[in-house]
Amino acid sequence: MSVDTLAALGASLLIGIGLYGLIVLPHPLRKIIAFNVMGSGVFMLFGALARRGAGAGFGADPVPQALLITGIVVAFAATALAIALVVRLIEATGSASLASDAPAPADAAPH
Amino acid sequence: MTAVVSVGIVLLLVVLGLWTVVARAAFLAIAGFVAYGLLLALVWVRLAGVDVALTEAAIGGGLTGALLIGAASRLRGTEARCEAERCAPATRGLALLLSALVSIGLMVCVLLLPDPPPTLAPEVAQAMPATAVGNPITSVLLAFRALDTLLEAIVLVIALIGVWSMSPDKAWGGRPGSPQAVDPNGTLAYFARLLPPIGLVIGVYVFWAGADHPGGKFQGATMLAAMWMLMQMAGLADAPPVGHRGWRAAIAAGPLAFIAVGLLGVFTAGGFLAYPEGWAKPLIVVVEVALMPTLVLVLGLLLAGPAAREANR
Repeated sequence: MSVDTLAALGASLLIGIGLYGLIVLPHPLRKIIAFNVMGSGVFMLFGALARRGAGAGFGADPVPQALLITGIVVAFAATALAIALVVRLIEATGSASLASDAPAPADAAPH
Repeated sequence: MTAVVSVGIVLLLVVLGLWTVVARAAFLAIAGFVAYGLLLALVWVRLAGVDVALTEAAIGGGLTGALLIGAASRLRGTEARCEAERCAPATRGLALLLSALVSIGLMVCVLLLPDPPPTLAPEVAQAMPATAVGNPITSVLLAFRALDTLLEAIVLVIALIGVWSMSPDKAWGGRPGSPQAVDPNGTLAYFARLLPPIGLVIGVYVFWAGADHPGGKFQGATMLAAMWMLMQMAGLADAPPVGHRGWRAAIAAGPLAFIAVGLLGVFTAGGFLAYPEGWAKPLIVVVEVALMPTLVLVLGLLLAGPAAREANR
């Protein structure tokens, strides 16, 4: 089996693992980590496809690889925003619960 | 032999991915995730993507890991309560079924991929001499798909605005993070004096080498941002206040310069972000040099988080 097929199969597994964690784990920070695992699986699958497109003297198709670099940076920015939201949620409510009957924010009363 | 190594790396990667989901404590999951990011960088090398490997190791593993560790230390105590909200076995079973179906579906698709595979590599090889840049990835990022890179820089700035807007009202306009009380003669302060000059040289080298070799502004900017963070952690530097106009202007300067170069293309080359004949390389260098400080600032400030200290006006 070639490296790209192997990586693509592994990436498919990682996408499933991340999806499972995203649904099942109750803590939002754990959901963010699981989402990142799922995202990196998608990147890896895309990278395996880039490897398949090797040609013209390149080890892999450079167009998807360049898009991957963009994708990794944007994923970091989205993760930073998600973490800021979770930290704010905890500061406001004292709990990281995402349940619909979670306690209302302490400063929710009109000023 | 190399096949055995590849199988080993991918297996270990899947096990680490599984670990980040099944680990009991968030901190254990994060430790697994950082190792996962570094291992993923090895997979990228095996997939002939050295540029992607550098980005993954610097941003995917390094910066994201630092961000998660910082968050975990603030979320301690909320984990036990969330544990009580674990969903019912039936829901978990359904989630497992759905995830397994997604994985198996993707695997079937992977095994049924068309042969020969579609590729844009010949087009890139054919058009690359026009950009006078030796690294095909840099050619794609700053010439053929420059619009993606422009929008990405703007997305980064928007994400920073989003993070900043999470500041509590009383801290708005102030500095992020808590002031660091570090022993000025301790190991951390020592490293924060020793490493930045080395990191600065390596970061700028990786940035400059990106024209013809693996590397580029994202990887270089991450290294510079990491050195800046190290100095902040050791108390040798402080994060800038969120409300400071000068810092905000410095952040907006990169994307604005990129847009200006793009508009220049409308008048000289007949299209937004088009480069006039023979001017591609100098304009690419202008865009890269203009974007670099923005990237260092945005990556560092995303890591620092929203304002937490009251502004002293």
